[in-house]
Amino acid sequence: MTGWLGGEWPWYVAGPLIGLIVPALLIAGNKQFGISSNLRHLCSIIAPGKVEFFHYDWKRVGLWNLVFLGGVVIGGFLAFHGGTGHTVAISAETRAALVKLGIHDFTGLVPHEIFNWSALLTLRGFVSIVVGGFLVGFGASYAGGCTSGHAISGLANFQLPSLIAVVGFFAGGLAATYFILPWLL
Amino acid sequence: MTKIEKKIGGGAGFLAVYLLLGIVFGYVMTRAEVVSWFRIQEMFRFQSFRMYGIIGMAIVTAAISIALLKRFGIQSVSGESISIPDKQLGRGIRYIVGGTIFGLGWALTGACPGALFALVGSGVSVMVAAVASAVAGAWVYGWLRPRLPH
Repeated sequence: MTGWLGGEWPWYVAGPLIGLIVPALLIAGNKQFGISSNLRHLCSIIAPGKVEFFHYDWKRVGLWNLVFLGGVVIGGFLAFHGGTGHTVAISAETRAALVKLGIHDFTGLVPHEIFNWSALLTLRGFVSIVVGGFLVGFGASYAGGCTSGHAISGLANFQLPSLIAVVGFFAGGLAATYFILPWLL
Repeated sequence: MTKIEKKIGGGAGFLAVYLLLGIVFGYVMTRAEVVSWFRIQEMFRFQSFRMYGIIGMAIVTAAISIALLKRFGIQSVSGESISIPDKQLGRGIRYIVGGTIFGLGWALTGACPGALFALVGSGVSVMVAAVASAVAGAWVYGWLRPRLPH
C-alpha cells in the first residue's frame, strides 16, 4: 500500500483515533476502556484457585472486554498484512544508542534478535520476554490499570490516582532504560 | 435485556460492537507503531515527540469526549446512563509502586498489555510467552493482594 495508508500513521491521526475508543465504549454500553482488567479475567477463567480476587462472575463483568481484547489481536493481524514489515523509522540518536547496546537488526516492530523463541533460553531474551511480561502483569494489576486504563481513561477523567500511576510508569521505564537495559542487552 | 438490546440482536450484537472497537484499537496501535519496542525506547530516551503526541492527543480527545457526554447527559445505547466511577486514592501506594513495577516491565518488553496482544496478532509469536507471563504476574498479585500495602 502506498500514500498515507502506507508506512507508519502520523501521531495526530493515531492519537485521536485511540482517544475515541473511550467515548465509543461509554456510548455502546457504559464500559470503561482498560486492557489490563482482562489479565484478571483470564486468571479467573484459567486458574482462580483459592484466591478470592479471582472469584467473581467474569462473564458478566468482563466478557465484553475479553471480546474487545480478541479484536486487538485481530487488529494486529490485519495491520501486519497492511504492511508493518518495514523498518521503524526511529530517530538517528535512538538508533545510535541501540547499536551501542548491541542491537543489529532494525527490521520489523521489535528487535527479532531478542524476541524469538530460541532467545527465551538466553538471559536477555528471558528477562525481556518472561520477566518483563511478569512485571507488566503484576504491576498493572497492583496499580489497577495500565497505559489504557490510567494514562488514557484515567487522565482524561482527571483522576489523581492515575496521574500518580503514570509518574510510576515513567519512573520504572526510565530506570529500566538507563540502568537495566545497558547491562542486559 | 433492554428494548434497544433486543432491537440490535441482544448481547451478541453488543459483543460484535466491542469486537469491532477492539479491532480498530489493535489496528491503529500497530499502524502507529505504538506496539514497537523501538518506539518505546525512543520515548523513554526522549528522542522523539511521536509517542507523547499520540498519548497526548488520545488523552485530549478522550477528555473532550467525556466532558461532552457528561454535559449533555448522554445515555449509552444499552440504555444505561453513562457514569465513570472515580478511582479511590487510599494511601496511594498501589499507584506509585504498582505503576513503577509496570514501567519496568513496559521498558523491558517494549510493550504495554494491549501491545502484547496486538504483537501476537501481528506475528511476533514469542509474545505469547510474554502474555502468559503477564497473566502469571496478575495471578501472583491476586494471591499476594491481602498482604500488599495499597
